[in-house]
Amino acid sequence: MSGEPTSAVAAGSAEAASAERIDLRQEFEAVGIGEVLDQLDRELIGLRPVKTRIREIASLLLIERLRKRMNLAHEVPTLHMSFTGNPGTGKTTVALRMADILYRLGFVRRGHVVSVTRDELVGQYIGHTAPKTKEVLKKAMGGVLFIDEAYYLYRPDNERDYGQEAIEILLQVMENQRDDLVVILAGYGDRMEKFFASNPGFRSRIAHHIDFPDYSDSELLQIAELMLTEQNYKFDAEARAAFERYIAMRKTQPLFANARSIRNALDRIRLRQANRLVADLDRVLTADDIMTLEASDVLASRVFSNGKSA
Amino acid sequence: MRVTQGCFSFLPDLTDEQISKQVQYALGKGWAVNLEFTDDPHPRNTFWEMWGLPMFDLRDAAGVLMELNECRKVYGDRYIRLSAFDSSHGWESVRLSFIVNRPKVEPGFRLERQETDGRNLRYTTKSYAVDRPEGSRYGGA
Repeated sequence: MSGEPTSAVAAGSAEAASAERIDLRQEFEAVGIGEVLDQLDRELIGLRPVKTRIREIASLLLIERLRKRMNLAHEVPTLHMSFTGNPGTGKTTVALRMADILYRLGFVRRGHVVSVTRDELVGQYIGHTAPKTKEVLKKAMGGVLFIDEAYYLYRPDNERDYGQEAIEILLQVMENQRDDLVVILAGYGDRMEKFFASNPGFRSRIAHHIDFPDYSDSELLQIAELMLTEQNYKFDAEARAAFERYIAMRKTQPLFANARSIRNALDRIRLRQANRLVADLDRVLTADDIMTLEASDVLASRVFSNGKSA
Repeated sequence: MRVTQGCFSFLPDLTDEQISKQVQYALGKGWAVNLEFTDDPHPRNTFWEMWGLPMFDLRDAAGVLMELNECRKVYGDRYIRLSAFDSSHGWESVRLSFIVNRPKVEPGFRLERQETDGRNLRYTTKSYAVDRPEGSRYGGA
């Protein structure tokens, strides 16, 4: 960004503006993005590169905002982004936070997120696609349009596929109405790569490519505990150890979707815990009993039995 | 003769910025905004044609402005009006309606007299524009 040419007009007004001193801290606090960024740090485990990148973008936008006030900026920065990463790595969650950040900094006017997939954009028959795509775009104006699994828009095997039409409308709006709408594309890394390769227009219109790494075992365990705390559950010591083993085994199995798999696993564990408690109706329960997940609840999982047989 | 129908019609034509502020007000109230166009300016003409469907679930006026500009591209030589519909119980009707586009030349209306029984006269107004067939009334489509 530093290499950007400043026009003569901007330079002239810069002199006038330079007299004005800006308290960056005050500015930062007034906008309230610090809060969002802290929340991001607190609530999202791991994702170090993503957080760094978002901090960078937030700083850039803060400075851009100041530049605008001093008449130094002459163009709205391109804010379209692409989030790539495996399933369950937090792309949607981060997109929601991103909308919040953009809203606080005044780069989108309303700060809502419209989340769509191919179904909502592409029509069933000739002449159906354009109104459908426009409908979605209109709804997303002033906010963020989040297109999940964006590569499904483009089907190279079918040249008459209506996806191409949706892509063209999207590209046009992304270019012409940059100050009305921010588009975030999301999807799995390799397939997004192919998608961009066959649609170079998209790559060049997207300023920020953010890659979401997979979670490590310990991060997944932290995520699990965070989820449980939110729901007022807890592991006892053995259950925690069992769940650690569960994570390690589940990761090697197909269709592992990071945090989403963890959420599903926890849901099933809660189910088994409830079943265990109900099985013994004569027992007097304490709050602690109801909150605690035991090792047996975890170990009953299919993952362990499959693991042995395989 | 300048046609005055709906809100703001005695003011100078609204700029796009002013239109978008009005739209934002309507959206803020939860009203659905709709675009209609016609080339029959008679005040009793209630059958304006719809430009697409009413726009529900919008958050920002930019979407409406996008449609308005599309509509102007196609029917820029006609009257286009914007109406905001309140669907809430008890209202269920249009709350705000104003003209956002008008032909360059508005020829106005003539007064027609019809001689009826005895020496009675019936009066009616007719737009000069409707003398020509639909679609070619204001310099042609």
